[in-house]
Amino acid sequence: MSNGLIDFVLVSVALLAIGIYGLSVKRNAIRMLFAIEMIVNSANLNLVAFARFIPNSQGQTLALFSIAIAAAEVAVGLALIIVAYRMYRNIDIADFRSLKG
Amino acid sequence: MANGAQHMVDSIFLAVSVLTIGSAIAALEIRSLIYGSIALMITLSGIAGFFLLLDAPFVAMFQLSVYVGSIAVLILFTVMLVRRELIFNKIEDSRRRYAGIGLMIIIMLGIGTIIIGSGLKTMETNTQTIDYRKIGEDFLTYYSPALIVMALILSSSVIGALALAKREDVTNEQRTD
Repeated sequence: MSNGLIDFVLVSVALLAIGIYGLSVKRNAIRMLFAIEMIVNSANLNLVAFARFIPNSQGQTLALFSIAIAAAEVAVGLALIIVAYRMYRNIDIADFRSLKG
Repeated sequence: MANGAQHMVDSIFLAVSVLTIGSAIAALEIRSLIYGSIALMITLSGIAGFFLLLDAPFVAMFQLSVYVGSIAVLILFTVMLVRRELIFNKIEDSRRRYAGIGLMIIIMLGIGTIIIGSGLKTMETNTQTIDYRKIGEDFLTYYSPALIVMALILSSSVIGALALAKREDVTNEQRTD
């Protein structure tokens, strides 16, 4: 294979930067969840890339655990968004400031 | 992406990275949330493509089945549950937007220059790929307690998500009755 480790790490840095941009600018709760997914995926890409180049199987194992935990996190996050939407009839996080309901 | 001195990235890698990063930007910037979640799906498939390029087919298939199969569908259904005008309206502060773009460029340039200056550039591999049988064996022997804990976390989070999403409904029904 002709791709070096640095190419994958640079792609992962770009995804991380885009995710941080989305997390800091967007006020739509679902779009913030998109940004969190991008950050988690850039971390997974790093794990698998380093596991390929070291080489070691533990990076892939950790990436599998990370993907499964991210699935749980998305399920809970979407449930929270649905609950907040039912309370406020909106998905703008600026409206979620008071938790009185 | 940045070509090193002694190696060139191949065209498949270039295509997958352009697809991944382009659809990641599109997922955040397209006005409609439905198209945004479809773009996020393309980003996650692109990450699976990177896993295939890294000779990790097991992780790639896991990524496809978990992310593109379940999470993306979950996100699509949640998007369809909210009101129409919320789906098609962009909610963001225009002042914070430029600060966010600046932050993104600073992170890209900062971490990018650190990585390019580091010793990762010389890291090449010619070793054997990791067999997925090894990963399965690890999962069933060394990592089996962690696997059980992960199964418990997954099931409890799904039950918790169901309870969270359902509770308000029950009180609403009681209120209307």
